Amino acid sequence: MKQLVVISGKGGTGKTTMAASLASLARGEMVVADCDVDAPDLHLLLQPQVRETIDFLGLQAAVIDPGKCTNCGECEKACRFDAISDFAVDPAACEGCRVCTIVCPSEAVTMVDRLSGHAFVSDTRFGTMVHAELLPGEEASGKLVAMVRELASKAAEKEDKELVIIDGSPGIGCPVIASITGTDLALVMTEPSISGVHDLERILAVTKHFGVEALVAVNKHDLNPDMTEEIGVLCRGLGVDLVGRLPFDPGVVGAMVQGKTLVEVEGPVGDAIREVWSRIRMKL
Amino acid sequence: MMISIASGKGGTGKTLVTTNLAASIGGVDLVDCDVEEPNSYLFFPDLEEMESSDCTVAIPLIDEERCTRCGRCSDFCAYNALAVFPQQVLLFQELCHGCGGCALLCPEGAISEGTRAVGKIHRARSGGLRLLWGELFVGEPMATPLIRSVKAEAKGDLVLIDSPPGTACPVIEAVRGSDFCLLVTEPTPFGLYDLSIAVQVVRGLDIPCGVVVNRSGIGDRGVYDYCERESIPILLEIPMMREIAELTSRGVLFSSVMTEWQEKFVHLLEEIEEVAR
Repeated sequence: MKQLVVISGKGGTGKTTMAASLASLARGEMVVADCDVDAPDLHLLLQPQVRETIDFLGLQAAVIDPGKCTNCGECEKACRFDAISDFAVDPAACEGCRVCTIVCPSEAVTMVDRLSGHAFVSDTRFGTMVHAELLPGEEASGKLVAMVRELASKAAEKEDKELVIIDGSPGIGCPVIASITGTDLALVMTEPSISGVHDLERILAVTKHFGVEALVAVNKHDLNPDMTEEIGVLCRGLGVDLVGRLPFDPGVVGAMVQGKTLVEVEGPVGDAIREVWSRIRMKL
Repeated sequence: MMISIASGKGGTGKTLVTTNLAASIGGVDLVDCDVEEPNSYLFFPDLEEMESSDCTVAIPLIDEERCTRCGRCSDFCAYNALAVFPQQVLLFQELCHGCGGCALLCPEGAISEGTRAVGKIHRARSGGLRLLWGELFVGEPMATPLIRSVKAEAKGDLVLIDSPPGTACPVIEAVRGSDFCLLVTEPTPFGLYDLSIAVQVVRGLDIPCGVVVNRSGIGDRGVYDYCERESIPILLEIPMMREIAELTSRGVLFSSVMTEWQEKFVHLLEEIEEVAR
């Protein structure tokens, strides 16, 4: 089984639209996983019918029992995350380290599990989809990404599918690292802008760091042909293949509003994505 | 006053709004808390007095001579950052949150604390603006300590925080403590869905918020209907215009060319002050 992850560095460069279109092209042969757990959008295009819901317990949180607390303030002094003030814990800031439980002289602090989100295994018109929701403001998104990926791999194994397509999150931090480690190929989306180029350089350093082969596709390439050229030069310099140039097309938003992928509607972007897909197939 | 600019969905124009707002008002601290992909400074090519320092986090240092391999540190560590073997103790430093618990617990006093750098804090000036931004090192998973450090350096009367995308811990760290949160979205189903999660986050933090609709004219009416239903003011609309996209793609502040926008951004600040009050 192969794992393909779609990532970007910069947000809003078309990861989800690409991942959904690839899922459409590989329908029946794959399982798709939305690992952008704190801003998931893939379900808006794939309209999953949930068949299984699994609770996600993230980091524990400390709770102070006011009946036992003597207001000594030791916990507040020891907390490195500024999560305790006025002898109460701010759950949004608590990282669940438990230091407060060991410094408290009166055993007033206990740790409680907290429900941080849910993972779902669902049916879509292209095949099984695994996705999740992180409850607003919760931590441990990397851990939830790992859970989604594990569920997706299991589903692929069970259904005898050869491919898992992962829709990643923007950035280079914890959820991104959790999305790319151990995958076979990363398709990196970018756009021809000064921010797009800057972020592409950083995300390609990350894929290299974790030993994941990368391919690049430029979205809205005709908005700034010079910058697209610069991206081509950057990719050649790094030995990374530029496998797609997607034109700017106002029709893309129309497809999104209808809940369709770009290969289910007529248009130049869909053709460019088919080309990207054939390059990916060759690699895999 | 501290105003954070956040979005939920990536690429909706947080940095566009933050940089043009800062340049139009002048005399503010612009703090780029998108430390994974900091881009604000790219729009100010005339940076002066630039200097940088490391952002460090605490990590345990283990004295192997004193250590008896009792394993209490690794049992305690909530992040699985320590593994005790018969011959040595291994630290997986990327997993360590620097809570200090292992050093507190070690019965032999074999753990002291050291530091390691996870990123850079950069400081510069551009005209009357003070720019601060964090840059997370490649391969580092944890952005929050760096965001906390960069934010702590903001001291101006008016501070603009450019938040990372999403709704998880880096966003909480970036917007926490701000007096107002400006949520930038686009009028599409993706923009709407992620906006609705972001609103839950800022409401959970008790921060008043308003919306900027970027690329207005595309998509559908979902964002507008949602804002009306939730009584969230739409404070500014920036239309989908190829000129804005092209200027921005080259690293040019569109309000410096389309100068009528400077007044609109100044007005945006007045509206924010009105709502925040």
